[in-house]
Amino acid sequence: MENRIRVLVAKPGLDGHDRGAKVIARALRDAGFEVIYTGLRQTPEQISEIALQEDVNVVALSLLSGAHNTLFPKVVALLRLKGLDDVLVIGGGVIPSEDIPFLKAQGMAEVFTSGTPTAQVIDFIKMHVKQPE
Amino acid sequence: MKLAENVLAGTRIAIARAITKIENEHEDAPELMRLLYPHTGKAQVIGITGPPGAGKSTLTDKLAKEFRRRGKTVGIIAVDPISPFSGGAILGDRIRMLDLTLDPGVFMRSMGTRGSLGGLSRATGNAVKILDAAGMDIIIVETVGVGQSEVDIVKAADTVVVVLVPGLGDDIQAIKAGILEIADVFNINKADHEGVERLNIEIAMMLDLNVEKPAWRPPVLRTVAAENAGISALADTIDKHMTYLRESGQLTARRTARARFEILELLQETVRQHILGLVQEEETFEHLVTQAAERKTDPYTVVQTLLAPILE
Ligand SMILES: Nc1nc2c(ncn2[C@@H]2O[C@H](COP(=O)(O)OP(=O)(O)OP(=O)(O)O)[C@@H](O)[C@H]2O)c(=O)[nH]1
Ligand SMILES: [Mg+2]
Repeated sequence: MENRIRVLVAKPGLDGHDRGAKVIARALRDAGFEVIYTGLRQTPEQISEIALQEDVNVVALSLLSGAHNTLFPKVVALLRLKGLDDVLVIGGGVIPSEDIPFLKAQGMAEVFTSGTPTAQVIDFIKMHVKQPE
Repeated sequence: MKLAENVLAGTRIAIARAITKIENEHEDAPELMRLLYPHTGKAQVIGITGPPGAGKSTLTDKLAKEFRRRGKTVGIIAVDPISPFSGGAILGDRIRMLDLTLDPGVFMRSMGTRGSLGGLSRATGNAVKILDAAGMDIIIVETVGVGQSEVDIVKAADTVVVVLVPGLGDDIQAIKAGILEIADVFNINKADHEGVERLNIEIAMMLDLNVEKPAWRPPVLRTVAAENAGISALADTIDKHMTYLRESGQLTARRTARARFEILELLQETVRQHILGLVQEEETFEHLVTQAAERKTDPYTVVQTLLAPILE
């Protein structure tokens, strides 16, 4: 049987609606991925633990509140602390492009600014995802 | 095998990786299951099934918390259907269980319905065994609907809870057929909605139609899962059913039936793959296909021709 790519779509932080996250979740499903969708407002601790239990290949973070510079790196750090070294972490939402180099230096594989076509996100995942033997 | 040892030690990352291996039907999966199997059979397995949106995940969340209060560790497997168009899925049951995430006594996994029907019930059955071997006291399996695949999945359970909601009208008629045999407990959720009495009567009438007088008549309970109402009574009833299974000898009977089902299913799949492999290697295979397409022979004759040397 094929190894299906599993993606956790999560929304850290406190912002109140998840339309963007839902759009990306549906697009990823339509691309044939298994998407674990967890709704609004998870803490980085919860996100990293869900990623572990669900053994996902990708964590896709969506954030509108402006706290990305603290929350994204926190998620990456917690994932690595749990030994999830191969999990690809990507982010999106309202993120100024000048913040992106910092986020990548913190271990984000890619950060997509708002308005990025979902097809581009899907291609990125397919290209960079690591699957265990 | 290191992975099996780590599962037995209850290491969370090992549990997660082991479930992935059986989902992907990785080549290590049979060996893994061989090593874990002797350590299974200790957990109490509860199946939760019912129509979409009935509140199964909310109920699972509340039940898990109730069992945690009673000092038990809890494993959860939530199965969601895949999209027939893309093969992808959105697995959203965790939304209702978010605050179980950080409880070290809970391990929860979402599964999509990949591959064949048999493949799915095998994968969920194996996931249950992994959680069992890892030392979970209670394992809850949530599946939607009551189709054949769900029936096979919940066969892994000691106690099957069928969740219904009032106000669905004719729905009970539609799902009635499969339900009678598999429900050990009926649970009317969303008991805050209108129509509870009517649904209760309908279920009772349906149970009365059963001419055999079963030793365990499925009780009908009521919950408002969203408000945590009725949950402790449901947990009590589930435990009572487990006691009944043990004392009546039904537990052994069920587990024997389960083992028989698993063996036959695995045998079928193994034989199927083996023979398909052999047959398709035959150099005459494509030739016979063409001949059948041209009406020079027919599929029945072709199959007989191909199988004859194998079955000799
Ligand atoms: N009024 C009321 N709403 C409830 C109750 N239990 C759950 N709900 C709500 O029903 C909706 C569906 O609940 P879920 O727990 O996701 O139902 P489910 O059966 O797991 O759904 P699927 O997995 O999608 O089939 C949610 O909005 C819940 O808050 C209840 O007892 N009363
Ligand atoms: Mg659900």
